[in-house]
Amino acid sequence: MSDAAPGPAFSAHHVVEYTYRRSVGPVLGRFFTELRERRIVGIRRADGTVLVPPAEYDPDSGEALDEIVSVGPTGVVASWAWVRQPSAKHPLERPFAWALIRLDGADSSLLHAVDAGHESAMSTGMRVRPRWREATRGEIHDIECFEPEGAS
Amino acid sequence: MKPVTSIETPTRLEYEFTASGAQAEFLENIARGRLVGKRCPRCEKVYVPARGNCPRCGIATSDSVDVSDHGTVTTFCIVRVPSQNIELDPPYCAANVLLDGSDMPFITLLGECEVEDVRIGMRVEAVWKPKQEWGPTFENIRHFRPSGEPDVPVEKLGAWV
Repeated sequence: MSDAAPGPAFSAHHVVEYTYRRSVGPVLGRFFTELRERRIVGIRRADGTVLVPPAEYDPDSGEALDEIVSVGPTGVVASWAWVRQPSAKHPLERPFAWALIRLDGADSSLLHAVDAGHESAMSTGMRVRPRWREATRGEIHDIECFEPEGAS
Repeated sequence: MKPVTSIETPTRLEYEFTASGAQAEFLENIARGRLVGKRCPRCEKVYVPARGNCPRCGIATSDSVDVSDHGTVTTFCIVRVPSQNIELDPPYCAANVLLDGSDMPFITLLGECEVEDVRIGMRVEAVWKPKQEWGPTFENIRHFRPSGEPDVPVEKLGAWV
């Protein structure tokens, strides 16, 4: 603004938080219920392809879908991005990959974390398996992350 | 076990806010108990809290203008549902208040009145915290309360209602 000497900069720590609980409907409800049992399910479309996570309605035709099918739990990494510095909100405290994972039997990809230890251990097409949380609750974090299938 | 019917989906945004020049001037003044807005040189609207630019004209605001801590309720909402991160006990009233001398209402809390008595056009005044608690924050104003002045007729509130 004009020739006034700059005053001290005012700054403040702001937190905006919404503590939503959302209803999930019959299809995602089934998906989360199965996760609690350490199983992953998708839904079959009219053309035979399988969506994971399952959608209540066909994304193209809008037709209601209801044929739940088991998939995985292993799959392949379809694409990925390495996170060098995880934030407090990330699922892992050490560097990891966000990956689109095509589970065996699925035709779409699920976004989840892959704990590969190092970026050089990641590759598109690598096989992964879920690492389940000890006490499952019926939510996506019941899968802590995926890990390379060969890992011990 | 029962099927899962709902999930927690918290949304959280945590960030450092740094005041702009106009906002800093507003905060310096409110720390001294003054409400100072900024005026647009073209449309002459006054904005409180101060803005560095006019949202109508898209140009920088210029003059600083003292405004009153009395104003008029333009719209309001009675909140009857509790929320985890809001400490107020429902029912309470959030209202848009247009300060005398300002041309843009801002949202604030109303206190010291029954929520059922709140109405558009009601005159209100700021209730300031004790002076020793003042700082560069809008929280120096605890809330607004009815001032007892006659209501402003709704038709005089123009575009705000």
